[in-house]
Amino acid sequence: MLNLLEARKAAEEKDRSLRDKTMSLSEAIKKFVHDGDTVALSGPNFTRLAMAAVREIIRQGKKDLTVAKTLASFDVELLLAASLVKKIIASWVSVGVVWGVSKVMRDRVESGKVEFEEWSNFGMNLRFKAGAMGVPFLPAFSMLGSDLIKQNNCRVITCPYTGLKLAAVPALFPDVAVIHAQRADKYGNVIIDGPTAADPDIAKSAKHVIVTVEEIVDTEEIRREADKTAIPFFMVDAVVWAPFGSHPYDCYGYYDMDFEHVSAYVNLIETKGVNAAQEYLQEYVYGVKDHFEYLAKIPLEKLFKKAQIAKAIRYGWE
Amino acid sequence: MSELKYSPDELIVAAAARYFEDNKTIFVGTGLPVVATALAQKLYAPNISLIFEGGAVRPILSDKYLTYSPNDARSCYKAIMQASSFDVLSFLQRGFIDYGVISGAQVDQYGNVNTSFIGDYRKPTVKLPGSGGANDIASLANRILIIMRHEKRRFVEKVDFITSPGNIDEKGRESHDIIFGKPLAILTNLALMEYDPQLKRAKVKALQPGVTLQQLLDNLGFKPIIPEKVEEIAPPTEEEIKTIREIDPRGVWVKRAK
Repeated sequence: MLNLLEARKAAEEKDRSLRDKTMSLSEAIKKFVHDGDTVALSGPNFTRLAMAAVREIIRQGKKDLTVAKTLASFDVELLLAASLVKKIIASWVSVGVVWGVSKVMRDRVESGKVEFEEWSNFGMNLRFKAGAMGVPFLPAFSMLGSDLIKQNNCRVITCPYTGLKLAAVPALFPDVAVIHAQRADKYGNVIIDGPTAADPDIAKSAKHVIVTVEEIVDTEEIRREADKTAIPFFMVDAVVWAPFGSHPYDCYGYYDMDFEHVSAYVNLIETKGVNAAQEYLQEYVYGVKDHFEYLAKIPLEKLFKKAQIAKAIRYGWE
Repeated sequence: MSELKYSPDELIVAAAARYFEDNKTIFVGTGLPVVATALAQKLYAPNISLIFEGGAVRPILSDKYLTYSPNDARSCYKAIMQASSFDVLSFLQRGFIDYGVISGAQVDQYGNVNTSFIGDYRKPTVKLPGSGGANDIASLANRILIIMRHEKRRFVEKVDFITSPGNIDEKGRESHDIIFGKPLAILTNLALMEYDPQLKRAKVKALQPGVTLQQLLDNLGFKPIIPEKVEEIAPPTEEEIKTIREIDPRGVWVKRAK
């Protein structure tokens, strides 16, 4: 995690050259994620998760990570299962409401192995927004009077104009943001379809940005839809082609969630306990050499079906 | 009609759907509140505008593509706007949200809700998923409704941790720097209790069909205010039950009667 002045300096010194930043996922993680880093992850809890990148981080065993996210789910679940996390900064962690409280998260936090710093969702969004704006904090009327501000040490300030009390939500400057998006060109101009969540702000607040995408497109396509560019190239360090990179979660317009896959995982934990997560990791993460070997384990027909449903949802088919 | 069978969840959802005024905005999390809003849209409040924290503004809830989360692609089905989370959470702070609906693991007599820590937060016996947008909804929506399945252990005198503020204590939330919003009521499969504006505590408003006052009191870890007259909530209609089962055909959110 950087402080404001370090983050400002990193931005000032960042190479702005228009250059081909495409690389393999393994190269991107090797270069830009380090032990002890604060890693911010994309997507709210069910959509555009950087799952391919998370699986590669686990394969490379990057450890002592602080993970920062608005609402975390299977991404943080797997990082916790792999014992690579020392701290979570988030508003919410669970595999999904449908499946109740995560047993793995409970085990790690209740045993004291992992620290959980909790904010409200708006609080997390403001932390990244302040980071993106390059200011030390942003004021908000959220979280006042609650125990969250005791737990996360958020300060309360008095507005110099109105005398009103506000929570001063501190900026968060991650070492690296890992973002899964629909499209980018080779330079790192990124288009996000559907809700952007906090992801443009996560990218803007971080020192390094890795983007994994469904499709790498020509810059002409970016120019045609420049109103949809969520992150400009000069903030991005690596562009990685990772189709179905959010699997088993969804990617707006590209594929629906693989509910059955996640259910099978949760059932495994429910029946055999938290250590059974290792079986899942062995099969789907350690046991495959890369993202494409992972994808080969998912029935092709299912993937195509999920893509079909995503289209129906995007275009409002009945 | 007397043979109409319904589950506790269906009881909650039907009563909640009747609670919302039309032409208002409503900000909900997942689960029962989503189905309640969909039911309201279909039967009672066709012009209620739903907003999800993931960024979907006024989506249409589809039984075919029922959302799993307020933060998935499905939640955006036929939305009129797909905003950022920051945008929609700012709608709350700006005052554009009439109803905020939350749920929780623990609730106390003052309407404070805990979805974070059971036990001491420095060494919790249970770490729950966390606030998500619940604190923001409870801090910033104009009117706050709590919806919960009734289990005695969840209704406590004082929550272990205030994730989402109700009235905080007998002094009221205004004394704790919270200047917006009003905790309205808590609805369960046993009763509807409203928060008394003066005393700040839960007051029994109405009982669900077939529930006695004693039954309710036996299932609360606190003493509510009991008015002279306690109303009775009308049982779910055939149309309500049929519509609920159309909205959630696989019973993902609304558990069916055994």
